Amino acid sequence: MENRSLVTIANHSREKIEYLIKMASAFEQNPNRRLLEGKVVATLFFEPSTRTRLSFETAANRLGARVIGFADPKVTSGTKGETLKDTIMMVSNYADLIVMRHYLEGAAQYASEVAPIPIVNAGDGANQHPSQTMLDLYTIHQTQGRLDNLDIYLVGDLKYGRTVHSLLMAMRHFNPTFHFIAPEELAMPAVYKKYCDEHGIRYIEHSDFNAETISGADILYMTRVQKERFADLDEYELVKDRYLLKRNMLTKARENMKILHPLPRVNEIEYSIDDTPHAYYFQQARNGLYAREALICDVLGITLDDVLKA
Amino acid sequence: MKRKELLVAAIENGTVIDHIPSDKLFDVVSLLHLERMKTAVTVGFNLKSKITDQGHKSIIKIADKFFTDEELNQLSVVAPNVTLCLIRDYEVAEKRQVKMPDMLEGIVHCPNAKCITNNEPMRTRFRVANRELGILQCCYCNKDLPLSEVKIVEQQ
Ligand SMILES: [Zn+2]
Repeated sequence: MENRSLVTIANHSREKIEYLIKMASAFEQNPNRRLLEGKVVATLFFEPSTRTRLSFETAANRLGARVIGFADPKVTSGTKGETLKDTIMMVSNYADLIVMRHYLEGAAQYASEVAPIPIVNAGDGANQHPSQTMLDLYTIHQTQGRLDNLDIYLVGDLKYGRTVHSLLMAMRHFNPTFHFIAPEELAMPAVYKKYCDEHGIRYIEHSDFNAETISGADILYMTRVQKERFADLDEYELVKDRYLLKRNMLTKARENMKILHPLPRVNEIEYSIDDTPHAYYFQQARNGLYAREALICDVLGITLDDVLKA
Repeated sequence: MKRKELLVAAIENGTVIDHIPSDKLFDVVSLLHLERMKTAVTVGFNLKSKITDQGHKSIIKIADKFFTDEELNQLSVVAPNVTLCLIRDYEVAEKRQVKMPDMLEGIVHCPNAKCITNNEPMRTRFRVANRELGILQCCYCNKDLPLSEVKIVEQQ
């Protein structure tokens, strides 16, 4: 059997992305479809991430699967020197699918090569986090009714933020215009600008962040600007408020404009924005459930037809 | 030319790897596992040369040994411009250039400390991301690596 593991969605075709959006949409209409009755899903979190784990475990439970695994690497043998391969081989004896989060880059790719069962990458270090990208794509589609020809503004940490990098790559099929708004220290790396050039993706870099700059946005994707990223703390103090989205900055926003954020937020979005029609980050997080149900089904060979019949 | 070749003893049959940049000599030895060879291996180190950039070169002659293309093509990551001569009966029977394969397995070390390949007992794997610019990419962590910065893995 071909290995159906999900390591990245950077290589997914336009058709595949649209297909997964249809499947996620079926789960939004009814998340409780017992397609995994009798199956066991293992969630192996070598790095703690409560949100992602709860979202995956909820997805598995709503599909009727049993869930085993660990949430904290300190209680497993990984710290006793067992290799990743041995852990994966051991768990493969018990489960039908492994959802895995790891602090090392490339861990999911390697696990997918050694495991006899499919692997779903729930984040491997700074490398890939495909279920986050899938839920972002689903949310953009849900709010705009399409993925084509959108103005997407990426704000905050564009250097280390893997979610914005994956989103940028996945959007290449849909003729987007990206706008980059970031402090100099956290600017979009050259390698991703080159990626844009090679794939015909338009991008504009802005130094200001105000009502005027964001007036052309369909999607305003905010990310955390973390203190740890700055060598110079004075520099952090200078920029941290400059990338805070304030309510009065929304006066010129397009009516359809939605604000997304991978959460948790720290100091990026004023709380007074939460009750505006532009705020969409909580719905975005909920979409993670539907996107993950779709991804789990897809790696197990369950089709859209199967989902609609269940 | 003949006279120069004789700086290092001629072999009757085997392989001559010429025009090795001297600082890459030990990488070549390591990649071809010459330290395990049972037949005679002669090495010329820091010989005068007009061809390499440094003005000197190294040469290795391995008696009674013919390598596979796969073995020889590994050299492309450290010494892409070497000349390979297959010797039969003291004559050059065939000349070859190394060719960079599409995939490099177990040859190149990934410089990313957070890459899984540096934390598990496993082989590295790189794809050629851009042949003209000489850029490799790790198949695990996806980081780019210019050929000029390549370090080969320590052989066991
Ligand atoms: Zn790597």
